[in-house]
Formats: sequence, structure tokens, C-alpha cells
Amino acid sequence: MSTVNLTVNGKPVSANVEDRTLLVNLLRDHLNLTGTHVGCDTSQCGACVVHIDGQAVKSCTVLAGQASGANVTTIEGISNGDELHPMQAAFRDNHGLQCGYCTPGMIMSAIDIVNRYGGKLDEDTVRHELEGNICRCTGYHNIVKSVLDAAGRMSVAQAAE
Amino acid sequence: MYQTTYHCPSSVEEAAALFGKGSDSKYLAGGHTLIPVMKQRLAAPSDVIDLGKIKELVGIEVSADALIIKAATTYFDILRSAEAKKAIPAIVHLASVLGDPQVRYRGTIGGSIANNDPAADFPAAVLALGATVKTNKRSISADDFFKGLFATALDDGEIITAISFPNPAKAGYSKMRHPASRFALTGVFVVKTKSGDVRVAATGASQDGVMRVPAVEAALKANWAPGALENVTISAEGLLSDIHGSSSYRANLVKVMAQRAVTAAG
Repeated sequence: MSTVNLTVNGKPVSANVEDRTLLVNLLRDHLNLTGTHVGCDTSQCGACVVHIDGQAVKSCTVLAGQASGANVTTIEGISNGDELHPMQAAFRDNHGLQCGYCTPGMIMSAIDIVNRYGGKLDEDTVRHELEGNICRCTGYHNIVKSVLDAAGRMSVAQAAE
Repeated sequence: MYQTTYHCPSSVEEAAALFGKGSDSKYLAGGHTLIPVMKQRLAAPSDVIDLGKIKELVGIEVSADALIIKAATTYFDILRSAEAKKAIPAIVHLASVLGDPQVRYRGTIGGSIANNDPAADFPAAVLALGATVKTNKRSISADDFFKGLFATALDDGEIITAISFPNPAKAGYSKMRHPASRFALTGVFVVKTKSGDVRVAATGASQDGVMRVPAVEAALKANWAPGALENVTISAEGLLSDIHGSSSYRANLVKVMAQRAVTAAG
């Protein structure tokens, strides 16, 4: 057992966990942040994507200890109170989800994509960059639409700041 | 996953000392091979020693004649490096077609070559460019480093610290990506060195892991052009054959990927 200290969604967290604990299990089982999903558990599907120090990573393939000292953001940490994050709002408005299982990972990956590309995003880039996230319902079309819509909203929001 | 003890040393020296203390220690870099293998219970190290937070193992440097990438540098940091892109753009291209964005944030060049997966990308670059693998004990030339499937010249507990790539006259990489895993179904790295020599390495093709391709090297040495490979035949003997592609399919891919790599190299 080891004590892992990290920041999750802006709050300092300390958890006493087995060294073999994966970050996704720390989040779901110890912190009750069950918005982060486990899909394939083999780092293929991307349902477990969270941000570690701003980078979208697959939390099923990171030991909790590796995230010690890091700043972790999960799907629960991106809205502003009742106000959805622009990426969440765009997914809702563009019907970017059906069953919703992949959605938390899609949204965390998509935010990272917009952060990296800003206003220079086009459809090809979005499709290419989403290759680490698998959706079995939507056929991706509305997900891509959502990301492009959100990229516009996020750059407007950034310009207003 | 079985129980293990996680360590997070802050220096190479401390990491090597911790490795020696464990009964069955393993180094962890990006973790995107070791952690899945531990989850499958194919590996059950007593101690996992994380090299990912050792500052001296991260960074990219250029000298007059070489690009030096430290071992725990991630694929993401390689592909966005202006220095790497200027020195050897084929390496940046290779990093950009490796895995997916999330994997590229975590995976490291040192982890890739230490593991020497037969379908990994970086072994092809290291072998074709004739790089030097630097460890905490010595320097190993690429020709002596790769020893077959998942095997390298590294001693137990030895740590790769950096890889030094001599700047080539021309270099290119082309890969047929497996559509699900994004590993190389076959990838070929072609190099024309500054002295005019030609070195070609293929990954994903051979049962023994990364390999030089003498037939392609000879043809390209005579004429550095995709067309020079038209009449070259690659033997399927000793090549991988699985549900994704037969050995003769891969033999043909070696040629086609080499042609595309030459085109990319210019």
C-alpha cells in the first residue's frame, strides 16, 4: 500500500491504495468519480481518457502512483457548476452521443484536440486525432460535428477572456 | 494484475540501485506495454521502477552531426520538437504515425527500443540510421543492440539513457498501419548516409524482429529511386505470417513500403 497525493478536479486528494491500482480505479472506486469509464481495459477504446497535467491519457494504462503529484481532470471537473463545458454543450446540441458510454472519453480527448489545434481544426484533423477513441453507436459523424462546433465556441470563449 | 511495489526514483543511479534490490524488478517508462502485460498476468514483477520522472532522461539535443533523444522523452515531445523536425524529419513523421494521441503522450523512445516489439516503429529508425544507444554503463551500436524478438543487448538492470542518431543525407519512413492496433503491419525506414552508404530496416515483417534488408540496400545504393526496387524480390522466408497478413504479403509490403519511404525521403 502507498499513499498517493494528487489534485483531482482542482481539489487535493490523498488516497491509500495498493501499488497495482490503476488511475481509473483510483478515480472510480476510491473517489467515486464514475464518469470515467472502463471500456476495453486494453488502452484501445479511450472510454477512460482523463487529463493528466492537461494531456489526454488513457487512465486504464496508468498506475495511480504514476499520477502522484499530478493535476488530474475528469469529466466531472470540466463544467462550471450547472453550466456545461462548451464541448459538452456541443455534444448535446449536435446529437454527438447515443448510448453515452464512450462520451466522457470522447469529450476529454476532444478538449485536448481543441487545446492543441485551436481554430485550425478541420474535419480530417478531428477524425485523425480521434483515432484513440472508439464509438460503437454514432458512426462518428455527429461526434466530429460536435468537436468542430465546440472548437468554434471555445475559441470565442477564449477570445472573450 | 498481481501485487507489486511501485518506486519513483529521481535519478538513474537511484533507479539502478532500486532495480538491484528487488527480486524480480522491471523498469517502467511510458507503461503502455508493461502495464497491459501485467494486467494480463504475463508479467508479475516484484518491483516496478518508474523511469518516467527522471529529469536527466528527458529532452532532445542537437549536435553538429547528430540528433540526441534522451530515453524517457515521449513520442509527443518528439513529434512537436522543432529541433528534431529540422535534423531528421523522418523521425518526427515516425512518431506521428505511432499509436494514437493518448499513447503518444505516454510512450517513450527508450521504452520502445528496450522492449523491441517485432512490430514497433522506433527500432527501424534506430537500426536504419545506425544510431548509438547510450546506457548508464556504455554505448551500444544499433547493429549490436537488437537481438531478436523482444531481446536486446541490454544487461539485466541496465538503463538506456539516450539514443544518438547521426544526421543522414536523406531519410524516410513508410508504414502500413494495422487499422486497430496501429502497430506496423510492416514499416520500412530508408537512409542514405552522409558518406553515401544506404541502410534500410524493416519492422513488423521478420519473425526475429527488426531487420536490415540487404536486397533493397543494394538496389538503392545503385540508384536512389523508388523505381530501382521494381525488380527486387524479397524472400518470404522467416517473415511473420498471421491472421493479418501472410509472409508473402509482408515480403511484398517490405518492397512497397521501401518505395514509399524513398519517395518520402526525396
